[in-house]
Amino acid sequence: MARPLSHARPSRSEHALLSLGGATVFLGVWQGLAASGLVSKFVLPAPSEVVTAGLTMAVEPFAGDTLEGHMIASLGRWAMGFGLAAGIGVPLGLAMGYWRLLDAMVSPIFEAYRYIAPLAWVPFAALWFGTGIGGPVMVIFTGAFAPCLLNAYRGAQLVEPYLIEAARTLGASSLRVMAEVLLPGALPSVVAGLRLGAGLGWQSLIGAELIVVSSGIGYVLVQGQSNLAPEIVMAAMLAVGLTGLLLDVALQFAESRIKQRWGYPP
Amino acid sequence: MSELRLPAPRDIATLALLAEEIDILIVGRRMRAWIGLATILVLLLGWYLTTDVGGLIDRQRFPSPSDIVTAASQIVRQGYAGGTLLTQALYSLRLVVLGFLVAALSGVPLGIMMGLSRRFEAFVNPAFLLVRPIPPLAWIPLAIVWLGLADGAKVLVIWFAAFVPAVINSQAGIRSVDETLIAAGRVHGASRARIICDVLIPGAMPMIFTGLRLSLQASWTTLVAAELVGAVFGLGKVLSTAYRDIYPAMIAVGMITVAILGALTTKALETIERRVIRWRGH
Repeated sequence: MARPLSHARPSRSEHALLSLGGATVFLGVWQGLAASGLVSKFVLPAPSEVVTAGLTMAVEPFAGDTLEGHMIASLGRWAMGFGLAAGIGVPLGLAMGYWRLLDAMVSPIFEAYRYIAPLAWVPFAALWFGTGIGGPVMVIFTGAFAPCLLNAYRGAQLVEPYLIEAARTLGASSLRVMAEVLLPGALPSVVAGLRLGAGLGWQSLIGAELIVVSSGIGYVLVQGQSNLAPEIVMAAMLAVGLTGLLLDVALQFAESRIKQRWGYPP
Repeated sequence: MSELRLPAPRDIATLALLAEEIDILIVGRRMRAWIGLATILVLLLGWYLTTDVGGLIDRQRFPSPSDIVTAASQIVRQGYAGGTLLTQALYSLRLVVLGFLVAALSGVPLGIMMGLSRRFEAFVNPAFLLVRPIPPLAWIPLAIVWLGLADGAKVLVIWFAAFVPAVINSQAGIRSVDETLIAAGRVHGASRARIICDVLIPGAMPMIFTGLRLSLQASWTTLVAAELVGAVFGLGKVLSTAYRDIYPAMIAVGMITVAILGALTTKALETIERRVIRWRGH
């Protein structure tokens, strides 16, 4: 081994073989444990059973709706909460980066707010906005809000002051400076914050649905649990993970397109 | 400039100009801190006036300061939801610390190994990629199926939640170590083990701690959620009981306690970080 450690890169075929081997061992051990009967079916269902449960739920309604139906209900809540967080967080963050007075006023409150775990808002959210749509949307909002605001704020602070001065000298109003100088200048940071917020919002949604709601993918998890059907729980978990992954891929795509359009390196 | 400021309609533009004039006054950090303090005091005063004095806000939904004081003294003295504030807080704290330690002690070494060997990474990645996108909270029902409402279920869920950031950041930390440093170590005849212990792991420490901070945050969020879903003791139990009793002041007390404990554990972790990374000089 003459090469430094982190250069020890396996060839492409070796990499593929190792990955395949890893996946086989993982699924094999899982399937083997389940099939051997050492572990009860009510504890660890086989991977095949999980897939079957998922496919069945996609066709036959479970807990009031099909898997897709639950997922659409969840996605609707997520979109509302995230949209609200982005719609308030980004402008407020930019404004805080622009006006030091606002920054000095809001920052201490925001710092205190950040220490509260998003899920701790669930009781108040349910009390104030009910358990239908308002409560979960508020929980998603509290999860997604901080990165939206913080990244817009930091991005705005990175904008060259002379650009702002130049725009102001040419007579641009504050609102115009924010929309046409700060926002484009802070864009990479803003978009990264939106992606983070989207992910955190999705996680908070699951928490909110576990605790208070009676539809959506979190509710499927709860129902699977109370029916003592771990294969349903696991199938729903995979669906949640997959949807979260798809959301992130979509946002990544949007991120690179937006950056491209504004002339940033992808 | 001055004629621009004089007669303007009362709209956002005027407010903006006004804000700008005050803005010029804010120079030092001290001024900033005073303004922050003043804002908080004004908000607290407004809260007190609208709830305790004016009664404009329904206290069944939004607690007043005096309600919170009453609730706090009730839970500190007599207890609520099966224990005093101290027992509930210690109970939750113990679970978080336990779950966090298990996650750190398993996640950091795994991440370091994945960072050191690309072969090992290729082998582990498929399983890791399957687990990674699943939100930590989605493990709660499974943990309940497996272990019921006992402490073990909470520790398991916290472990899953805190595990992923610890692994990802440890791996990235090892990979981010400057190649020149590794080469320099080699030139001077350091063995593989010494390079790992003296170059790679110390070099990865800042990122490892970044991961651990994220892990700690995830631990608290997950514990609160797990206790809200079902628990016998703990701060989440306080929150869920207060919700069922429609006792908003007690909800607020529970939230404040969680926030304080979260802040304290973060500070503790930062202290450890400063000790460990003393060579970095901060």
